[in-house]
Amino acid sequence: MQLDNNLVPDNVRLIYIDDPQRTNEEYEFTGNEITTSKYTVINFLPKNLFIQFHRVAYIYFLVIAALNQLPPLAVFGRTVSLFPLLFVLTVTAIKDGYEDWRRHRSDRNENNKESLVLQSSKFQSKRWKDIRVGEVVKIRVDETIPCDMVLLATSDPSGVAYIQTMNLDGESNLKTRYARQETSLMSFEGGLTSGVIRCEQPNRNIYEFTANMELNAHKVSLSQSNIILRGCQVKNTEWVVGVVVYAGQETKAMLNSAVSPSKRSRLEQAMNKETIWLSVFLFVLCLVVAIGMCLWLMRHQMQIDTLPYYRKSYLIKGKFPGKPYKYYGIPMETFFAFLSSVIVFQIMIPISLYITMELVRLGQSYFMIEDKHMYDSSTNSRFQCRSLNINEDLGQIRYVFSDKTGTLTENKMEFRRATVFGKHYRNSSMVDGSTKDTETAEPTKPAPLPTKGRKLKSDITVDPHLMRLLHKGLDGSEKISAHEFFLTLAACNTVIPIPSQSTHQGSMGTEIHEDLEAIDYQGESPDEEALVAAACAYGYILFERTSGHIAVDVNGEKLRLDVLGLHEFDSVRKRMSVVIRFPNNDVKVLVKGADTSMLSILSEDPENDDLSLVTQRHLNEYSSEGLRTLVLAARDLKGEELEEWQSMYEDASTSLADRSSKLRQTASLVESNLRLLGATGIEDKLQEGVPETIESLRQAGIKVWVLTGDKQETAISIALSCKLLTADMHQIIVNGTSESECKMLLSEAKAKYGVKCGGFRTQSFKLKKGAESDFVEVLAESKLTNLPPEDDGNRELTMGGPLALIIDGNSLVYILERDLESELFDLATSCRVVLCCRVAPLQKAGIVDLIKSRTDDMTLAIGDGANDVSMIQMADVGVGLCGQEGRQAVMASDFAMGQFRFLKRLLLVHGHWNYQRMGYLVLYNFYRNAVFVFMLFWYILCAAFSTTSALTDWSSVFYSVIYTSVPTIVVGIMDKDLSHKTLLQYPKLYEAGHRQEGYNSYLFWIMMADTIWQSLVLFCVPRFAFKESTIDIWSMGSLWTVAVVILVNIHLAMDIQRWVLYTHISIWGSVAMTYACVVVLDSIPVFPNYGTIYELAKQPTYWFSILLIIVVALLPRFTIKAMHRIFRPSDIQIAREAEILRKRRFFYGSRVFWRSTS
Amino acid sequence: MRTFAKDAFRGERPWGDTVCDPWFSVHPQITNADMNQELVTNGASKSKRNSKKPEYSRFTQQELPAWKPILTPGWVITSFLAIALLFIPIGLVSLFASMRVVEIVYRYDQDCVPETYRDNVTSYIQNPLTNKTCIKNVTVPKNMEAPIFVYYQLDNFYQNHRRYVKSRSDKQLRNAGDEFSTKGCEPEAKSKAGPIVPCGLIAWSLFNDTYNLLIQDKVLDINKKGIAWKSDTKDKFGSDVYPRNFQAGSLIGGGKLNESVPLSEQEDLIVWMRTAALPTFRKLYGKISSDLKAQDMITVVLENNYNTYSFGGQKKLVLSTTSWIGGKNEFLGIAYLTVGGICLFMALNFILLYIFKPRPLGDPSYLSWNRNTSRQ
Repeated sequence: MQLDNNLVPDNVRLIYIDDPQRTNEEYEFTGNEITTSKYTVINFLPKNLFIQFHRVAYIYFLVIAALNQLPPLAVFGRTVSLFPLLFVLTVTAIKDGYEDWRRHRSDRNENNKESLVLQSSKFQSKRWKDIRVGEVVKIRVDETIPCDMVLLATSDPSGVAYIQTMNLDGESNLKTRYARQETSLMSFEGGLTSGVIRCEQPNRNIYEFTANMELNAHKVSLSQSNIILRGCQVKNTEWVVGVVVYAGQETKAMLNSAVSPSKRSRLEQAMNKETIWLSVFLFVLCLVVAIGMCLWLMRHQMQIDTLPYYRKSYLIKGKFPGKPYKYYGIPMETFFAFLSSVIVFQIMIPISLYITMELVRLGQSYFMIEDKHMYDSSTNSRFQCRSLNINEDLGQIRYVFSDKTGTLTENKMEFRRATVFGKHYRNSSMVDGSTKDTETAEPTKPAPLPTKGRKLKSDITVDPHLMRLLHKGLDGSEKISAHEFFLTLAACNTVIPIPSQSTHQGSMGTEIHEDLEAIDYQGESPDEEALVAAACAYGYILFERTSGHIAVDVNGEKLRLDVLGLHEFDSVRKRMSVVIRFPNNDVKVLVKGADTSMLSILSEDPENDDLSLVTQRHLNEYSSEGLRTLVLAARDLKGEELEEWQSMYEDASTSLADRSSKLRQTASLVESNLRLLGATGIEDKLQEGVPETIESLRQAGIKVWVLTGDKQETAISIALSCKLLTADMHQIIVNGTSESECKMLLSEAKAKYGVKCGGFRTQSFKLKKGAESDFVEVLAESKLTNLPPEDDGNRELTMGGPLALIIDGNSLVYILERDLESELFDLATSCRVVLCCRVAPLQKAGIVDLIKSRTDDMTLAIGDGANDVSMIQMADVGVGLCGQEGRQAVMASDFAMGQFRFLKRLLLVHGHWNYQRMGYLVLYNFYRNAVFVFMLFWYILCAAFSTTSALTDWSSVFYSVIYTSVPTIVVGIMDKDLSHKTLLQYPKLYEAGHRQEGYNSYLFWIMMADTIWQSLVLFCVPRFAFKESTIDIWSMGSLWTVAVVILVNIHLAMDIQRWVLYTHISIWGSVAMTYACVVVLDSIPVFPNYGTIYELAKQPTYWFSILLIIVVALLPRFTIKAMHRIFRPSDIQIAREAEILRKRRFFYGSRVFWRSTS
Repeated sequence: MRTFAKDAFRGERPWGDTVCDPWFSVHPQITNADMNQELVTNGASKSKRNSKKPEYSRFTQQELPAWKPILTPGWVITSFLAIALLFIPIGLVSLFASMRVVEIVYRYDQDCVPETYRDNVTSYIQNPLTNKTCIKNVTVPKNMEAPIFVYYQLDNFYQNHRRYVKSRSDKQLRNAGDEFSTKGCEPEAKSKAGPIVPCGLIAWSLFNDTYNLLIQDKVLDINKKGIAWKSDTKDKFGSDVYPRNFQAGSLIGGGKLNESVPLSEQEDLIVWMRTAALPTFRKLYGKISSDLKAQDMITVVLENNYNTYSFGGQKKLVLSTTSWIGGKNEFLGIAYLTVGGICLFMALNFILLYIFKPRPLGDPSYLSWNRNTSRQ
């Protein structure tokens, strides 16, 4: 569909250059003002409240508070009942307000920046927020671009501009943008500019732009390379001039600012189940009270009018003779009893827990961020917590899905091998001594660079044989091939050479060039940079690139090559090509691409066949060494063919619609019948500590799957080098090209290795086996880092040895889209390692989803590139690496860090801690609130089912807010069961999280039983100690307040593993605080409880009761804990004992500490 | 919507949902190339300034000095023994103290109703004209040393009922100016003559039985001063607040008050208004400051005015000595002894357990993965 032929006015935006009036005449386009803030001063209160009440918890608060305002239900005083809600609302509002104020401030800064705008034929300063679509803007070097603009001219006569897109996608390299030749020489000051741009409606795709420009009746096509986007910076270009096409909220940068979807942690989901149980408890308690009330009223129906403590009606002689007072009949009274008991028992549903959890997660994140072991000095980046909801999920990860490039490997490419014209050359680095083939024992000295004053920054050692070949004057196909080989490396790319004037000293034996002009290469992918750098090392120095030509310095001789066309890389063709005219008018096509896509389009003459066989052999060698390979080829383009191509290319590149497929067709015209030149092998270096990390993760019971876009051989070799695959593993390779083939391969593999259907059974079988045999590790003084061969216990498997599944993207297409998913799942889960090669980003997400939807196991995805974004968002936990490939992965992730090896620490140490802390926190909060509610409940049974609380209103409210909240938070943030050393040394301890040892229903029910016991003790001891005594209701309440606070704090203290100063302060401080509050509340004469504590504290019975309560309530718990330690000690306990006792022995020397002997 | 765009040699690249939030782009990332360049050219000083490396402190690295207790057998046994050693003496002492307390409890609500009214107790108690005086004898079982406290005990009277507990106005009781603040006192808030002082159901149902004790026809003085808490008489009940319109309604709930005595001196009311926590409760009636000898016969002359008959409540007169632990209550003593005993027993059990089934602390062979292999 040609845009200009059948114009649909809705889909086209018309922009008249330098004529904002006319542009905005028909329809006012959005201005350039941006607002990221949510509130204004006026709407803050209503809007913030509205947003806050979207949370269920607050609605619960509100309903309870509203119920309490009804006269028959007024259990608490009016102010008291509103306190919790107001407290939470105020805190949240202050937080939101502060954040929004900061957003306002940054908006204001942004909107008030100034740029030069063409106004009445002159460039004058104008504030960003006043810039309109259609205006012409001039931006100088290092300035930020205020809106999306089509480039019209630059300081460079050829119309090149360099921009840095770091703010947009995080890539720090420079990108080239071009002004069309037609406009690049225009002068703008003078008001002679006119023209119309037709472009598509605003969208969020930053890699596409389709438009055309009508200029003096000429139609010029515009593409992505002609537009510069808001947020980018102009670099290396003195000035650029452009016309605004999208402004403000419609710019691509703003359209792309969306918050990644929030995730909820597994623990929180499990917790919700128990919260429902607590609601059931609450309902039952209220029902008991209501029924009791009903029965009591029925029994006393005749008396209630005169009963001194009930008195349902007014005095006969009084104001309303005989009128019932707050009495609505038995059914209504029963109903009200139910509602008012909901009010009294409201904290049974631990609403404050959600707020506590948020605070605790904040604290945990702080410690994760501050961990110096997770700081990466090479990228100067700390650990980042981008999501605050899923800290504890890190302790339960079962599957890790990892990207390969940039994640396992450094994504720093180094040119290592080349095969030219069937001959193998290598660039063995001096530093890397691991290269195996040493038959050419010749010391590889870096050849003196025959350049005149130009030098590359990185030092590449060159192969002297190849160097010699290049300098041989002889003509011959080998020499020509070598020449074209390096020409292709230098020319067939999109790398931009940036000359820099730094006085870089030559090194490694080369003489020092004082007047060196260093060239910095900025490419879109590190592979290309590596290749160009290699070409440079061999004397083919790319030093200039504009839209129309490139200049290469070939051994001192400067070549200006006209670029007639460039077919960029795309994922269908998997290759790129340039059409180049040489100074002698020869036209050549230079192509490079992946071997699979190249070998099929080579010319079919026998010589080439031989060559390609040899080259393929080399390629396989390279792959097995873990190198990334590329095949280079070329051909001459002559006469008709050239003309045909030129016309097609012209047509395709100016068309608005369907441009990419047209270009693809054009490319296929010239990318055929190619002459093979050779191939390259680039090394992708493994990141530091990757094998160790993978080994630890595997010992921790975590399955590591690698999903990569690389090809199979490369993936396998990398997997081998990072010890993911071991030699004893049985590799099941699934490479199907049709559905039936895949099915066959899968079922064959299953039959062969005896994998049973029903993933869960197989899996548990496998896991059990893993636990039994994988690691004969003994927690002893001697550390076993190198484990014995891991196949010991897997002998039972029919074929022996663990399984590894290797599957490629094509097969996954058939498998994931058809009904073979379950087959794959069965097979994959019974394998120790799964390697998926050649997978597209969405397939990565598909695989994660396969596991997520079929098991309850937690998944973690880690990656660094934009192609990992879908996987990161799909997985339960997404980790982004701040790598070479930009920030998209980081932006989409929940956690971001600098190195893959930090994953070990993140999961085994912080994950473990967070999980243990949070699990305990949740259980404890349930207990803390339930014990209080049950205590109130027992008392209500003693008060004729009227919802009386012996505690004062304020104490009831303060209980969960002030009296007991701080210790839980401190313990949730700071408690540590094991030191990080122990956790890293024994990764198996991580399995506590897999077994859900920190939080499960069993623990919940045990805890509830304990709660009921403790609440009964709390109620009964004073009940009997003060039986038939003069004790009044407030004294009793005061006793209970203090007793319950001390009880829950000592309960907590019993479980604290690590007492630091803050723990002491918070726990004992809470008790002191409670006493202080009680004393203050009892010193206000207008309260009925005035003076209570002073009288009470004089009685020994009071103190004895509290002591008795604490001891009796905690006795069963303590005994069970002690018994548990003897008969069923958990791994964590044993490791903890070992850790602490070892440390003590260390302190006390050889003297054996007395405790350790018992 | 997911779109794809080109990327050299690395498969397709989707444009994910990138955040361009000003919060996150504050710190632009510096890549190695830039960093290295800078390091080379500008030296170490710049790298130090730009570095985001966390500052080391024992706090941020979670390595603060800490006490790490482990529940060793030693600890377990010591704790049990300590509790036993603490609890058994306390139990014994408080049990002895409680046993020394002499208590006379006499239930009179049934006995003090004349035979003729046995079938219609309510009409007897509600009729102001019937003779409520009742004379009974009780024997002192043991020697009782002064001070002897005189209590009345009510059963099945829910002073802790929500309707009742709230039915008072502390403001009105405290301040003469606040006589109109009768909020919460309904239905005993106002009479036709004006606000009731003290208002509310609690005051309205004031206990009004009276006791006079004779020993060998000699009057035994019951001192009714100082039976209320000091804090109550001083600050809570106003010395300038006088009862008004009290018990003026048709339904008399209980005792009347002398309108010329300020509330702060109406100690019976003050005691009554400290509502009891439990449905069976005692309240202090007075103190006797002379000793009583065993087998003394006390004649109790009581006015049986208070109506507990309508709801089946019981009334008892209690004379009791006191000890340091309070009144007669053996619960604490027995509970302490029991708990002490249990702890002693547990301590012995654990000692035996550790002798016969020891588990070396930190022994790796008990780890789950090692346990499984050893069993194989």
